[in-house]
Amino acid sequence: MIFVTVGTQLPFDRLIQAVDGWAGDNPGAEVFAQIGPTELRPRHLESVAFLKPDQADRLFRTATLVISHAGMGSIITSLKYRKPLLIVPRMASLGEHRNDHQLATAKWLGSRSGISVAWSEEEVPALIDGLLHSSQAGEISDYADPQFIARLRNAIF
Amino acid sequence: MSIERKVLAVASGGGHWVQLMRLKPLFEGMKVEFLTTDAAYSAEVGKPVLVVRDANMWDKAGLAVMFLQVALTVIKVRPDVVITTGAAPGFAALLFGRLIGAKTVWIDSIANSEMLSSSGSHARRFADLWLTQWEHLATPQGPYFMGSVL
Repeated sequence: MIFVTVGTQLPFDRLIQAVDGWAGDNPGAEVFAQIGPTELRPRHLESVAFLKPDQADRLFRTATLVISHAGMGSIITSLKYRKPLLIVPRMASLGEHRNDHQLATAKWLGSRSGISVAWSEEEVPALIDGLLHSSQAGEISDYADPQFIARLRNAIF
Repeated sequence: MSIERKVLAVASGGGHWVQLMRLKPLFEGMKVEFLTTDAAYSAEVGKPVLVVRDANMWDKAGLAVMFLQVALTVIKVRPDVVITTGAAPGFAALLFGRLIGAKTVWIDSIANSEMLSSSGSHARRFADLWLTQWEHLATPQGPYFMGSVL
């Protein structure tokens, strides 16, 4: 199952339409998308506006591929469950977020193992095809750097 | 320095909460209450979380309700330390935490790699420890860098 998520706040129709187009060309594929508050009604994939945290968690865990906006919650959770991840950064110029911090996140994390970036919606279908054939999962430590935690502890307590 | 000090750990739902959960070992041995925007996160911390309405700067009515809820929560919990990864509810908790004399810690989201978030910039006035997760954003006058959740 491919799990698509736009995060807990804003819609991201450009991403959903791109994946919906791919799903139309690949009728056998199982795709589930969390699409946020939007008028958009995808034609080729199952979708909901929002998910409860435990529902989202289950979908992250059972997905073979995660496709998301370049938000840290989606990225960290995908890494935690070692899922191949395709991110599409939101762009302020298209009204998709208040600023371009997701572009910066994508530049920063795009070279990390297990994370691929679609810089435009046109790149999405080919990247999905490639990732379904040979994808590498990312990984991450269970918690933040122990040194960071130790420094915080010393500073606070 | 008592290990019994009470911590109020605050994050709105989504990426802010996910970052707070990466700091879980920090709270080991502490008396901690979690404040967030979705009761369903209780399962992740094994105890009921405290919940306030989610609101951002573009929702003034929601903000007013949220600030009131956070104020009541801070008065009820009376934390010795308030620590937050953002966003608006974290800022509110820092403000009220400071008013009751708690030690306050702002950890700006790791998503802000080019500039501090707007709530993070405002947090400067109320944070005893004002942190960015990006070394290149740190300055000698703050925000400071001590590491990151990733």
